[in-house]
Amino acid sequence: MQREALREIGMIAGRSVRRTLRQPALIVPVVVFPLLLLAINASGLDVTKNIPNFPADSYLDFALVVTFMQGGLFAATTAGTELANDIETGFLNRLQLTPLRAPAILVGQLAGAMCVAFMSSLIYLAVGLLAGAHVAAGVGGAALLIVLAMLVALAFGGLGSIIGARTGSAEAVQGMFPLLFVFFFLSSMNLPRNLIETDWFRTIATWNPISYLVEGLRSLVITGWDGTALWRCLVTAVVISILGFLGASSSLRTRMART
Amino acid sequence: MTGTRAVARAVARRSLIHAFTNPALLVPSIIFPLIFLLAFAGGLSAVQDVPGFDFNGDYTAFQFVFVFLQSAAFGGVFTGFGIAADFESGFARRMMLAAPHRSGMLLGYAAAGMVRWCVTAVLVSVAAVLAGMDVHGNGIELAGLVGVALLVNIASTLFGAGVSLRAKTLQAGPLMQIPIFVGLFLAPVYVPLKLLTGWIHTVASYNPITALMQAGRGFISGAPDKSLLAFACGAAIAALMGWYALRGLRRAESGL
Amino acid sequence: MSHDGITVNGLVREFGSRPPIRAVDGIELQVQPGEIYGFLGPNGAGKSTTVHVLTTLLPPTAGSATVAGFDVSTQGPEVRRRIGAALQEAALDNFLTGREHFELQGGLHGLAKPERAARAAELLERVGLTDAGDRKVGGYSGGMKRRLDLALALVHRPSILFLDEPTTGLDPQSRSALWGEVARLAKDDGVTVFLTTQYLEEADVLADRVGIIDHGRIVAEGTPRELKEEIGRSSVEAIPANPDDHDAIEAVLRQFGEPAAASPKGVAVRLAGGSESLGQVVRALDGEGLEVAHLQLHAPSLDDVFLAKTGRSLEGSEEELAQEVVA
Repeated sequence: MQREALREIGMIAGRSVRRTLRQPALIVPVVVFPLLLLAINASGLDVTKNIPNFPADSYLDFALVVTFMQGGLFAATTAGTELANDIETGFLNRLQLTPLRAPAILVGQLAGAMCVAFMSSLIYLAVGLLAGAHVAAGVGGAALLIVLAMLVALAFGGLGSIIGARTGSAEAVQGMFPLLFVFFFLSSMNLPRNLIETDWFRTIATWNPISYLVEGLRSLVITGWDGTALWRCLVTAVVISILGFLGASSSLRTRMART
Repeated sequence: MTGTRAVARAVARRSLIHAFTNPALLVPSIIFPLIFLLAFAGGLSAVQDVPGFDFNGDYTAFQFVFVFLQSAAFGGVFTGFGIAADFESGFARRMMLAAPHRSGMLLGYAAAGMVRWCVTAVLVSVAAVLAGMDVHGNGIELAGLVGVALLVNIASTLFGAGVSLRAKTLQAGPLMQIPIFVGLFLAPVYVPLKLLTGWIHTVASYNPITALMQAGRGFISGAPDKSLLAFACGAAIAALMGWYALRGLRRAESGL
Repeated sequence: MSHDGITVNGLVREFGSRPPIRAVDGIELQVQPGEIYGFLGPNGAGKSTTVHVLTTLLPPTAGSATVAGFDVSTQGPEVRRRIGAALQEAALDNFLTGREHFELQGGLHGLAKPERAARAAELLERVGLTDAGDRKVGGYSGGMKRRLDLALALVHRPSILFLDEPTTGLDPQSRSALWGEVARLAKDDGVTVFLTTQYLEEADVLADRVGIIDHGRIVAEGTPRELKEEIGRSSVEAIPANPDDHDAIEAVLRQFGEPAAASPKGVAVRLAGGSESLGQVVRALDGEGLEVAHLQLHAPSLDDVFLAKTGRSLEGSEEELAQEVVA
């Protein structure tokens, strides 16, 4: 029974990955855009390392993890868009007419998003290291960085899937992008929280779960093994993942009325 | 000329009605500049404490100029999207067949783009003022800032039009967005030019948008800097994009 | 005990509330194993909703249905194992190739890898898509997509096949090819086919029996011939080549049946012997040396049946049920 379920998840995940890799236009938001922004920001904001108490030797080290977060944002819109497309085109009906277990549809889509996150994270890390970034936590830290990035993709993928399942509209999922974008910016993505001078911004960043995701990933690059930052990141990612999965499952169950 | 004006008026009117009655079109062009203003001015204000950060004003004013020009540039891109959407739906073809002076269509789209941007500009300006932005420029200098932004808006609208008239599909959206995004961010976005290091300093030094941005910051800080150069750059880019758009129009006409 | 037929008793499906919309309003029907059952009706009549209920995609609000001997409400997985469906949308993934669709669908139906490949090759050949099998579906024409959809519905060798308006939007050639394949499936493979359509000709040509549905209810049921004969016999109309022969032609035609409505210049009778007596009519006119400019046989159509039962024409019908909401 378990083997069957894994097989089904694998088939749906495989389809998800194949679809993504066959859309060259998606290479831009997944790979090119995050790396381009990294290059621009690493150079453009390099002077910030001169701010007293700035926690890194270079802004490249500081900003590297932003690419992983952008990869997660991509996972959100892709997972949601794919699910919405399947609903719109009737492909979900096709899947429902097979013995496929209902949870496997969602798990498979999210697994696919995590596979894409894995591949893109390897690229971000490789390019970052070639550009001179340094991972303070070493090889083990780099591996954990990839794992956490996949967890972030899972978390955001779940959120995107809620919108996709609920609305059945790819446009609605795309419309969610500005909202997630706002959350990204209102965090400690660009500067550490203790260096944010504007009080209201710092308060929002402190309450914003994205800050803890960013800080956990970043700690592996600029600090080493920071237990506090890591467990906060892990808990945040797990909580968002669980909420996302439960929300998406519930929405999908409403949509999949099969007997 | 009368015919051209009539066509321009009709096209502009239709574009504006379409834009202002469709929240999905209007809202992103307003939301994104506000987000950038919030995030950069609010989140990165500590950057102005870096030694050598010479600017006669606060970081909100420094970033406001970037956001102001960015909104102008993306306002043009959104107009380009509108033209592409018109081609996809077949409406542009209908307009081209009906219009006696087709260059009026370009004028109309550009005029509509400017009006739309003015709405965004007002909202972004109000937000910055409410955030306590420190402005040292006088009325003429602030008008200079608006003038620079208008040139950016016209240039990006014509660029977007040129791409849309050739591609005739919304799938060309990234072809409009990416060059403008890259052009904006390869300028001194976060710090003055002299504080940039490495390859980005070299690129920004040659980027004409740097001149526009520096002039804008000069205007808002009450210390105009290389304004003539900026207006010359802006006018030259707008003229080049105008030629690009007209060539695109001729190509679109030949496909009728 | 399972059998490869369909039984529907008092089936009801409602949507929404305040007040609910009854898309299916108490349908009763029986489809014998190996039969092609045509479900004919205008847009919004409840055809697709019925198919969605019978294929277990929607639970019924009331009533019951068994497909292949299993209850659609309580034994959904068993039903799905025995049915294939090609629904109104072709429901394909534009980024997968035809073969990859078989791989996915076959795999989800539990077929082993070698069997999936063999079945893909067999079915692609059957629907004439072997050469296109390794191309992405996004590049297929509408007809090719429909054929692939039909083939995919057969991957697990179902005993019952549901086709929801399978030829809508296809050109005449593609339509004809699809009809041929459906007929072959029923005749040679013994597959029971439940086919919904809004095309009279499709129901007329393909179906062994037809159920005509309107506003969620079956208004007529029978073989195409039975239904047409129920509402009347064929009539023949002749327009004389020489207007002076009008009365003579009328006298000849009166030998074959009662007068019927005709155009101003023509003469028409309802043929007592049915359309088979047309040959005798022609010989009789020829025997009297009467020339006709135009001779037309009017056979009742299923549209005439629909008109007789509902007071509306099926073809070109603009009326729709308030909503046919299918999840």
